[in-house]
Amino acid sequence: MLGYYFDLAIRSFRRNVAMTVLMVLAIAFGVGASMTTLTVLYVLSGDPMPGKSQDLYYVQLDARDLEGFEPGEEPQDQLPRADAEALLRARRADRQAMMTGGSAAIEPERADLDPFFARSRWTSADFFSMFRVPFAAGSAWSADDDTTAARVAVISRELAEKLFGAVEVVGKTVRVDGNELRIVGVIDRWRPVSHFYDLNTGTYSAPEQLFVPFSTSRDLELEHTGSMNCWNIAEDPRALGAPCEWIQFWVELDSRDEAAAYRDFLVSYSEEQRAAGRFQREPNVRLSSLTQWLAHKEVVPDDVRLQTWLALGFLLVCLVNTVGLLLTKFTRRSSEIGVRRALGASKRTIFAQLLVEAGTIGLAGGILGLGLAWLGLWAVEHQPTPYAGLAKLDLAMLVTTIVLAIVSSLLAGLVPAWRGCQVTPAIQLKSL
Amino acid sequence: MLQMKDVSKVYRTEMVETHALRDLTLHVREGEFVAVTGPSGSGKTTFLNIAGLLEELTRGDYKLDGVDVKNLGDRARSRLRNEKIGFVFQSFNLIPDLNLFDNVDVPLRYRGLGRGDRLRRIESALERVGLKSRMRHYPAELSGGQQQRVAIARAIAGDPRLLLADEPTGNLDSQMAREVMELLEELNAQGTTVVIVTHDAELAARAQRNIHIVDGIAADLEHGPALVRPTRTAAQPRA
Repeated sequence: MLGYYFDLAIRSFRRNVAMTVLMVLAIAFGVGASMTTLTVLYVLSGDPMPGKSQDLYYVQLDARDLEGFEPGEEPQDQLPRADAEALLRARRADRQAMMTGGSAAIEPERADLDPFFARSRWTSADFFSMFRVPFAAGSAWSADDDTTAARVAVISRELAEKLFGAVEVVGKTVRVDGNELRIVGVIDRWRPVSHFYDLNTGTYSAPEQLFVPFSTSRDLELEHTGSMNCWNIAEDPRALGAPCEWIQFWVELDSRDEAAAYRDFLVSYSEEQRAAGRFQREPNVRLSSLTQWLAHKEVVPDDVRLQTWLALGFLLVCLVNTVGLLLTKFTRRSSEIGVRRALGASKRTIFAQLLVEAGTIGLAGGILGLGLAWLGLWAVEHQPTPYAGLAKLDLAMLVTTIVLAIVSSLLAGLVPAWRGCQVTPAIQLKSL
Repeated sequence: MLQMKDVSKVYRTEMVETHALRDLTLHVREGEFVAVTGPSGSGKTTFLNIAGLLEELTRGDYKLDGVDVKNLGDRARSRLRNEKIGFVFQSFNLIPDLNLFDNVDVPLRYRGLGRGDRLRRIESALERVGLKSRMRHYPAELSGGQQQRVAIARAIAGDPRLLLADEPTGNLDSQMAREVMELLEELNAQGTTVVIVTHDAELAARAQRNIHIVDGIAADLEHGPALVRPTRTAAQPRA
């Protein structure tokens, strides 16, 4: 019977094209707007390291003095350099990486290229394996390079192509702030959803172009970018013992037991530092998984959430309009429904027929809404927002769009269809 | 075929209670051709609606082809209506955006018949009313008499045991009315029980038996209130 109901729905649409178009447009605009904002929300709140995020943890310690101390408050977001280096040396996790943002002047060998600044990251060797950074050529530097502050660098494919017109540039040198650094690896195209490993330098910004060992960056006094918080006066806030937090520290731990053990290690480390007089507060540590950290930092912008709610509200308004139009449409067909009832259609049969008609409108609205969602995402892509290029309609969202449209129209059709099947055939036939 | 005993139908509103039928007792045998007459508002259409399971009775008993319909739910009533009863209305009640084929197909769809079976029945029904060659036409392309013949084809396509007709010639000129009446008589002769509601005395006179309803009370015209017997020999019931 489904095929028969579908055929009747198509005939009904032809009978009143204007009303049908109105309903399809109402569903399409509601679904299009909702799916545009839902897609942005879905992408921005997505897991940046699927399959691995549960093993990645962000480390926080509280190294501040007692001034302004309030029991139970969160530790600082970043670590002092001394603690980050100590944790790196301790190597108590499967993998660990310290890092901070940077900016460096690149002086190309090519005469046709002027010097330019490149967004950079000063980090340690495990960064690349921890975050599954793909390599187009070469590989990451080694832990020894970290220890010896080797003059090495990893660059992005874009930077390699810009400087050398090729990707196979391992062994060549790149001149950074007047220093020659040997290229050991070229990163292939890599664009995690968010800049999750350092939320201080743009939540949704693209990965950096230049990566240099942190130790090397300090030796060469390369510029640091990002936030820094000092709780005491420091002559050089980037010095090893400065009372300033500016380093992010990530660890990879493959099991809950390992995570628990690492947390214990952080507590005992804090106690040691307190005993040594460096820390003044009770141990206050956090070991947040990647998803916990992103939730804690509320990475999804408030305006995206607001837009999503507004769009869903708009969909609701469209649905209410569709309910009204369907009520009118089905009421006009009371005489036909009366005839069908007289000829043997049960209330349930009529209900199903009318609901299929509503669902078919939803299908048409969904297909049109898909086009509108694409248009909406194209508009988002051209917005001056850091996440502009990220929002793309994938298969899951495509299916969700169609399902949302059909479910919405079925919901909108419930009351009209119920009213339609309540038609008393005797009254309708008498009035004909 | 159709047995009603002390059937009453009361319409209630907040202010008014209207007795459309009062203790109506009626027995129509299989193969009969019965005309129900009466003035406007007498309750004859209410009788037809109850007989056709389009309305529920307030009191009394009603058996259709031996099935007690009083306590049946909507699905069972709809199925019974679909399988046992064919309707012919004064205004034909064809669905305008379906062609003749699809109009006749409507009751067969609800019976859940296969495509081949439906095709055979539709062609046969339209052939019986002489409109097979126009089955791809739409109702608006036909005269009133032709539309009523399509309605009859739709009513008989499912091979019902009872044909209920409400003023079947009311909207037709005399020539077309005669043709439709002859068609109904032909169907009755082939064994279908026919009950028609009519104002037309000439039409009623052609029935085997007349039931007169006044103020919701049925009376056989020759035998007094509530006495219902055949006045002519009924056609042989179908095997």
